[in-house]
Amino acid sequence: MSTLIYTESPLDPKHAVYDATILAGDGWFHPVRKGQTLRIVDLEGNQAADTFFFNAADVKERYSAQDTIREQGSIYLTTGTPLMSNLCNPLLTITADTCGRHDTLGGACAAESNMVRYSLDKRFMHACRDTFLLQMALSGYHVTKRDLAHNINFFMNVPVTPEGGLRFADGVSEPGKYVEMRAEMDVLCLISNCPQLNNPCNAYNPTPIQVLIW
Amino acid sequence: MNTTLYAETLPGGAMWSMRVPRHRRVRLTALNAGANVSALLYNADQPLDRLNVPDTLKALHTAKLTKGHILMSDMGHALASIVEDSLGWHDPLGGHLTAAQALAKYGDHNYQQYRNDFHRNAHNDFLVELSKHGLGLADIVANVNFFSKVAVDDDGKMAFVPNHASAGDSLELRTEMNVLLVLANCPHPMNPASEYPVCRVQVEIFPTEAPGPDDFCRNFRPECERTLALTERLFI
Repeated sequence: MSTLIYTESPLDPKHAVYDATILAGDGWFHPVRKGQTLRIVDLEGNQAADTFFFNAADVKERYSAQDTIREQGSIYLTTGTPLMSNLCNPLLTITADTCGRHDTLGGACAAESNMVRYSLDKRFMHACRDTFLLQMALSGYHVTKRDLAHNINFFMNVPVTPEGGLRFADGVSEPGKYVEMRAEMDVLCLISNCPQLNNPCNAYNPTPIQVLIW
Repeated sequence: MNTTLYAETLPGGAMWSMRVPRHRRVRLTALNAGANVSALLYNADQPLDRLNVPDTLKALHTAKLTKGHILMSDMGHALASIVEDSLGWHDPLGGHLTAAQALAKYGDHNYQQYRNDFHRNAHNDFLVELSKHGLGLADIVANVNFFSKVAVDDDGKMAFVPNHASAGDSLELRTEMNVLLVLANCPHPMNPASEYPVCRVQVEIFPTEAPGPDDFCRNFRPECERTLALTERLFI
């Protein structure tokens, strides 16, 4: 295993202004104000929190995985990573991380990509992009499929080899591990707590996550 | 089958888009060393069905693109297959050059002073070409960079490999549906060159057959067969 960086947060959950649990397969679409801190907790370990951000003032500005990794020169997200927008502005900055590595190459599972990856009869299984689309459709935020791009998978480990291979490695997360980020502007946070049952990323047992805001 | 249906040379910085019908071969040839072409692909009949880099990479278990790989949409469809490739590595990670990056790296090289040799950037090139098809900023998703290589080490550190492409290197895409292909012939954003690299790239289009049962791309991985099967459903 290569280097992982761990950073604890000084923030106390007792003082959070918002605290919610997102069950596996559920979604969450919520504003985080500039200067606020969002923590996502992997309650039972190796659960993928598929997460996406919009600039709340103009949703055409949104999280960009390619700009984020290129600007920091590394494919993994951890403490210190600015989460960059498609206009190359920092939306949030990761300020604490007890997991040490998060993936932003792998994107979110979808009914359609499950058919390609696993078999054509997987179409009717629940998938992250369906969660995203439902959250967007039910919200008052005027965002649609057109506004969705590829996301962060907090607590996932998807290494790239020097030969250009992509691996789906064992998780590096454990129960209670968390990642925390400070909003650099007013943002909308869209989460799908991944329901994936087709690969062993979560030991075929999707579990809840917790979100806290200070 | 080598009848040339279309041929054009893209100058350095050029933007280009074309609705390419199903089952054509699109050959891109670097006419100068160090070329880079940032590319986006859409289902021409329903542009909400568009290139999805993570779905493509996951399905193919790869972080680079080369012969055998199929560029997939977020709806599980095959947009285009890479049927020939002299290079072995095209970059799906680095994104594309923006106006601010071009200004910071290469200085103010504006139209007033330099006329049509001014420095264009891929982001603005994409916006202009997409606008011609009724699309815009929301439709710019993660792109691929033909002719460029970005290697990743065990700690995740990304390194641009200079002069990866030589003059004459080429790749061929076979369209698997009616595709809107959008190209920006602009420098890779991680290219460390201090002078804006000006590279010409030739685009040629030829007719070709639908992929048969023995097709190299179809048989590259089981996922390729399935994405082609889903694409067939578009034409029922």
